[in-house]
Amino acid sequence: MSGGTVSGSAQRICALVLRHIHIWRSSVMRLIDSIYWPAVQMVMWGFMTQYLMPQASFVAQAAGVLLSGLLLWEVLVRGNLSLSIAFLEEMWSRNLGHLFVSPIRSWEMATGIIVAALLRTLLGMVPVSLLAWAFFGYNVYTLGLPLVAFFFILQMFSWSIGLAMSGMIMRVGQSAESFAWAAVFILMPVSGVYYPVSVLPEWLQAISWGLPPAYVFEGMRAIMTEKTVHWDSLGIAFGLSVVYLVIGFQIFQWFFRLSRRAGTLLGQGE
Amino acid sequence: MVDSPSLEVRHLRKVYGEIVAVDDLTFSTPRGAVLGLLGGNGAGKTTTIAMLLGLLEPTAGDIRVLGVDMRRRRYDVLPRMNFSSPYVDLPHRLTVRQNLAFYGRLYGVKDLGRRIEEIAGHMQIAPFLERPAGKLSAGQKTRVALAKALINRPEVLLLDEPTASLDPDTADWVRGYLEEYQAETHATILLASHNMGEVERLCDDVILLQAGRVFERGSPRELIERFGREDMEEVFLDVARGRGRGLETLKRHGAS
Repeated sequence: MSGGTVSGSAQRICALVLRHIHIWRSSVMRLIDSIYWPAVQMVMWGFMTQYLMPQASFVAQAAGVLLSGLLLWEVLVRGNLSLSIAFLEEMWSRNLGHLFVSPIRSWEMATGIIVAALLRTLLGMVPVSLLAWAFFGYNVYTLGLPLVAFFFILQMFSWSIGLAMSGMIMRVGQSAESFAWAAVFILMPVSGVYYPVSVLPEWLQAISWGLPPAYVFEGMRAIMTEKTVHWDSLGIAFGLSVVYLVIGFQIFQWFFRLSRRAGTLLGQGE
Repeated sequence: MVDSPSLEVRHLRKVYGEIVAVDDLTFSTPRGAVLGLLGGNGAGKTTTIAMLLGLLEPTAGDIRVLGVDMRRRRYDVLPRMNFSSPYVDLPHRLTVRQNLAFYGRLYGVKDLGRRIEEIAGHMQIAPFLERPAGKLSAGQKTRVALAKALINRPEVLLLDEPTASLDPDTADWVRGYLEEYQAETHATILLASHNMGEVERLCDDVILLQAGRVFERGSPRELIERFGREDMEEVFLDVARGRGRGLETLKRHGAS
């Protein structure tokens, strides 16, 4: 038995990821869901961009700014959903009891569902970005290396929300599920997805700059309109994402302890 | 060297708000014993098992499994334990083989492919290894759950109603297999069951719980003699209905 060793941890994390890959293979519809909504949004904003281009100088100047905003926002939303779904799979199948009496530690479980969520997000977002290229001739990959930074900053932030929400569902039960889906959208108005943070009232700007997505979306616009990469801002965003991820995991752990105290780990399920 | 008890529980207590689910429970059982945990619904069996597994945090008291303090070092001993319960399922969409492989990896089982074939043979689940767990009959699910519980050859096996929903023939076969496994591995088994025939057949020692407390304890034969009854079914009914020896014990415990 591989107990508390590094290889034991790696084996348990791989087991969890593999378990999710098996589920996707057995139910393609669950994966289609990851592509469907981003694709619908992308098509709608794609036509909107085409309509606005001749009429709005800002859009004409930086063609694709709306689509980039949309695609990056979907990275955040899908990251959160993918992580929450990966955790909910365990609850839907009434499997939490078996998991938590196995030697898997909560950090290994969190890592496993994060990797599964990352794969799921990529499986959803890569095809949609290619569709944007095919339908509207917009290639998000022209953002270059900063795109990788944008992606991972948004992913890390989405995982922190997903972990906190998963912990809450573990404690409260599946009645909290809809809140887990909706939680991320409260951040949209202050994330500067489609407009600069500067249009917000000052007190809201203060909140925005405390959140990694604001740096990402401002950074994206800077690349598209000024052809400049603000690496210092991306550094701040990365640091903030790490802090939020640690907080998200701590919240997950806290809810786990509360669930152990309240006895909600044994009977959760559909 | 004298072996420490396999399971050692001291002054265990679990309180939910004003409800006392388990109250000052103390017992220990040696390695290789089969201990029955009996009691009516709400007596505290599942709560006790959940605390033994670390799924539930006790309000007070200590639990040691194979000499390891479950509060502080449970991850040291979890690879040597396993459990099965009708209240917990296996992932429905995974095939039986994928489920066993998943748990085998979590428990760090060596030579996993061979172990899955071996346990599938023992539990007679080989014909449906490639079928999704959610599409099995209740009896098949129970056998697969037992296969999962045995995948890591546990030294301590906690079974909550292991033959629930099985037909008498399959239930008898499962009991026979558990006897074989226990004789072969000298594993300690804690069994919570409502089937008194099963308890008489499998258990060396029985704890009767009522309102979260130890009400009586002894081997099935001792309990039957002490209660002046024919079998464990009647003993259980005496306890549940507070009659005969059950009433005397209730009075001794100071219950109304």
